[in-house]
Amino acid sequence: MLRALLALVCLVLLGGARDPILVPEVSQHEVQVRQGFTGTELLLYGAILDPQGTRAGRDYDIVVVLKGPTQSITLREKQRYAGIWVNAASARFRSAPSFYAVASSRPLDRIVDPRTAAIYELGLPFLQLSPIGSFQTEEQIRFAAGLVQLMTNQKLYQEDPTGVTVNEQVLYQARIKLPSNVQTGTYTAETFAVTRGAVVASAIARVEVKKRGFERLVAEFAQHSAFLYGLLAVAVSVAMGWIAGRLLTPG
Amino acid sequence: MNVYLPIANLAVNGLVIIALGGLTGLLSGMFGVGGGFLTTPLLIFYGVPPTVAAASAASQVTGASVSGVFAHSRRGGVDFLMGGVLVAGGVIGTAIGALLFRVLTALGQIDTVINVLYVLLLGGIGGFMARDSIREIRARTRGQPLAARKRRHHPLVANLPLRWRFYRSGLYISPLAPLLLGMTTGVLTMLMGIGGGFVLVPAMLYILGMSASVVVGTSLFQILFVTMATTMMHALTTKAVDIVLAVLLLLGSVTGAQLGARIAQRVQPERLRLVLAGIVLVVALRMALGLTYRPDAIYTLAPL
Repeated sequence: MLRALLALVCLVLLGGARDPILVPEVSQHEVQVRQGFTGTELLLYGAILDPQGTRAGRDYDIVVVLKGPTQSITLREKQRYAGIWVNAASARFRSAPSFYAVASSRPLDRIVDPRTAAIYELGLPFLQLSPIGSFQTEEQIRFAAGLVQLMTNQKLYQEDPTGVTVNEQVLYQARIKLPSNVQTGTYTAETFAVTRGAVVASAIARVEVKKRGFERLVAEFAQHSAFLYGLLAVAVSVAMGWIAGRLLTPG
Repeated sequence: MNVYLPIANLAVNGLVIIALGGLTGLLSGMFGVGGGFLTTPLLIFYGVPPTVAAASAASQVTGASVSGVFAHSRRGGVDFLMGGVLVAGGVIGTAIGALLFRVLTALGQIDTVINVLYVLLLGGIGGFMARDSIREIRARTRGQPLAARKRRHHPLVANLPLRWRFYRSGLYISPLAPLLLGMTTGVLTMLMGIGGGFVLVPAMLYILGMSASVVVGTSLFQILFVTMATTMMHALTTKAVDIVLAVLLLLGSVTGAQLGARIAQRVQPERLRLVLAGIVLVVALRMALGLTYRPDAIYTLAPL
């Protein structure tokens, strides 16, 4: 692996580009969701070199973003009416990421200005949620903050301002925890090299999160043969109740 | 013991779920109610999505009531004609319930409706049961048992057209009355994931005026089939039945139900009813507080 990395680095060095080179890698390209899955930890690592071939880690900040498939959602807000809390207002967003984790070598607000952060979606306040319909800006901000709060509580949105460590000014690494309640689909791991507030290089790697084996079977069965699945659930519950009655009733 | 639930999409501690099933099974064995009124809220509290919780709790109630139905029918404690009419109503009710479920989900009010229903039903029935059992216990300690309530059905029932004879229940009434009752419990089962036993039993006694010896067996019979219909309905519409979750719950509840039935034989029925009333009232109170306190999560998310 290291040799391959070095070879690649040399190859690019010969090209003599001006911008730094990022060579990203992920510890696992496929996460299998199967029995006993309680979440997993992904190691996102790689090398950063500057075109002159010198160690570049001193001059660049690294930001790593792991993002799950986006989904269209309705976000509802509870308000108090006649003493009880009911869903009163709602907002719809076309592209809320089902998972978003960002790790950086220094706090994000010290690395990039809000404009750059918004362009590259760096940091939870800068997610591009694509609201549907017309909204007032304040309302939009309030709902976006609500979504971030909700997802953060479920550990589906994470921000780690010191999560990236850079070794020997060449190798960087970040650990990101995927909780068990992640959605399946294609995740993207993007790495950005930032210097003086500008993103000078970025690279992308993909991670597939898939249900496997029994879990996949059950999920597909429930989705595609709903009637048979229902019958099976009924049969299982009747059988279990009946067997227990037989085994445990004296006489 | 970590178990991944493939439909709920999360990992849970399997032993906790089995224990939860055991607890509700114990209640169902002791009191002849499904125990779904505890399972659904506790599952939601544990982090299972509400729809999955309601859908999977229904199949747990099926399992817990199976052995009860067998036991009662051996003793002649099931009025099959009455049960059949109740089931027919119940199946219609689950279809209506499924429709309501969909409409309320689209409006975003399903959780509030479920919670308000819980508070009203549990509060009302719990209060009623508590009053009744306290009165009986007092009378017993005074040494003068209450005069047996004269069994008769509600005047409204007598006004319904068409009359059938229900021999085992000792009734000559319109089948529309049990049909409507069945429908109501069907709707409740679909919306709340409960078997409806604690609605059905008092209604059979005080509205239909059925003979007490067949009430519990017939109500279990109805619950059995209506929860089966509910599981099917959820599998077809919400696709939220998590079979792994259901099996874990069942493991606990079928054993719990047997234990509960044995405990029930040793305890005075009035005391048992008072305990049940207490539990029901506590759940209702907790739900009511949940509605009025500022919730932890002001925002909730639903896929579009």
